Amino acid sequence: MIKIEAIFRPERVNAVSKALEESGVSGFHYQNVTGQGQQQGVEVVTSRGGQTTTRAAVAKTLLVTVVDDDKKDAVVEAIVSATRSGEIGDGKIFVSPVQDVIRVRTGETGDSAI
Amino acid sequence: MDSGHTAWMLMASALVFFMTPGLAFFYGGLVRAKNLVNTMMLSIMTICVVTIVWTLWGYSLAYGPNVTGAPLIEGVIGNFEVLGLNGIRWDPLDSGGSFGGSGVDVLFQMMFAIITPALITGAFVERFKFSTYLIFTVIWITLVYCPVAYWVWGGGWIGADGAGALDFAGGIVIHITAGAAAVAAALLVGKRSNPGLQPNNVPYVILGAAILWFGWFGFNGGSALLADGYAVNAMLVTQISAATAATTWGLIGLFKTGKISGIGIATGAIAGLASITPAAGSVNALGALAIGLGAGIICYFAVELIKKTNLDDALDVFAVHGVGGLWGCIAAGIFAVESIAGVKGLIDGSFDQVWIQTYTALAVLVYTFVVSFIILFILDKVPGLGLRVSASDEDLGLDLAAHGEQATVRDGAD
Repeated sequence: MIKIEAIFRPERVNAVSKALEESGVSGFHYQNVTGQGQQQGVEVVTSRGGQTTTRAAVAKTLLVTVVDDDKKDAVVEAIVSATRSGEIGDGKIFVSPVQDVIRVRTGETGDSAI
Repeated sequence: MDSGHTAWMLMASALVFFMTPGLAFFYGGLVRAKNLVNTMMLSIMTICVVTIVWTLWGYSLAYGPNVTGAPLIEGVIGNFEVLGLNGIRWDPLDSGGSFGGSGVDVLFQMMFAIITPALITGAFVERFKFSTYLIFTVIWITLVYCPVAYWVWGGGWIGADGAGALDFAGGIVIHITAGAAAVAAALLVGKRSNPGLQPNNVPYVILGAAILWFGWFGFNGGSALLADGYAVNAMLVTQISAATAATTWGLIGLFKTGKISGIGIATGAIAGLASITPAAGSVNALGALAIGLGAGIICYFAVELIKKTNLDDALDVFAVHGVGGLWGCIAAGIFAVESIAGVKGLIDGSFDQVWIQTYTALAVLVYTFVVSFIILFILDKVPGLGLRVSASDEDLGLDLAAHGEQATVRDGAD
């Protein structure tokens, strides 16, 4: 089992959801986050419009899903195809191993709980 | 004016003022979260810029002849005799003076001038250059709003002294001009690169619609320019049309999707309010029911139709205000009641008023579209201006790109 975390533009979330469904992902969740990548921080105005500072304020969506190992390539490909524009700011995908998954309702564990 | 009339008109001015901050919430809730501040700021800065223009030369161009001097061109444009509000009458409030040319007239009419360009902004949110918009507003108020206000209300060729069109509170002056300019702006600035599907904040949209609805009692109720029976009738028909259009919109949505959406009800109410605006001084309660019903149906399908085209009028300014205003103008001629309007409507068997309403409204629609298109076309070519933000700014969001602000910051950073 692997965990896939993807960061991408907020407006791509519906396209990503659709692509994930089509690649057989059973569930996922996402939240809206702010941060910075290659484009660095953003200048923000503070103190009633008088001063500025730089913050990691770029709006992104962070999506998390856990899938079977053999679905990894298909899922990564689905996310990439739904988010790539070729411009800076397309985002990143992180893949990491998951020790165990427990389905709360039935107590199933491992692959069958995904 | 006596003190009772003055008191009501001061109150009505404040009510109309409040509509533009209401519009900021209405539009702000409809865009994506990264453009929320920018969308609200478009309305808020309109208040500031138009107030200055109105004080310096706007009122004079639109209503100057009511104060002093002859129009620059009779029937077409006011004059420059009242620059800086020089010569406005500050009558003792109980001296029985007329409304036109008085200080409270300046104030009341200013609020209408403010909300009109703010309405246009809904067409081009999420990709329009903020600084260019401020310059556009100054030119647009001067070349479109002031002449049209003069034509209809200042003694020009459309209103009571001209063709005799009924435009009680600004179906032509506000809603048709805003709708026509919205199309020109959406055409020239182009489509958003990533049009959002869902509004970021439905409660903001409902709050904004509620403030607009509330303010509209000053907009229409104040347009009698007196605290009299016309004001009472105007306020009553305003309420009826708004509620009827909102209900109609909700029911169409229910029929199509099985649900009644908050956004739908809010939009339906605005469509009903825009539609009753020109007719509020000429129809009775039953006429208002018909106008509200028509507004709900016509504007709903106008929104659906325009979404199918290539025009990215982001917040449906043309479908709601342009189409709603046009419907209201024509409907004022259909449902005019002689005892209220002073003229016979189609329901009394006279087609004359419908024709007057239609051709004057269409003339203003065409005039506004052409002049707005030319203004925007030129601004697009001016070095350093241009209509559209860069692709990277559009991607980042205009809150950060134009204002250096985020709508909500939930972390504790300084």
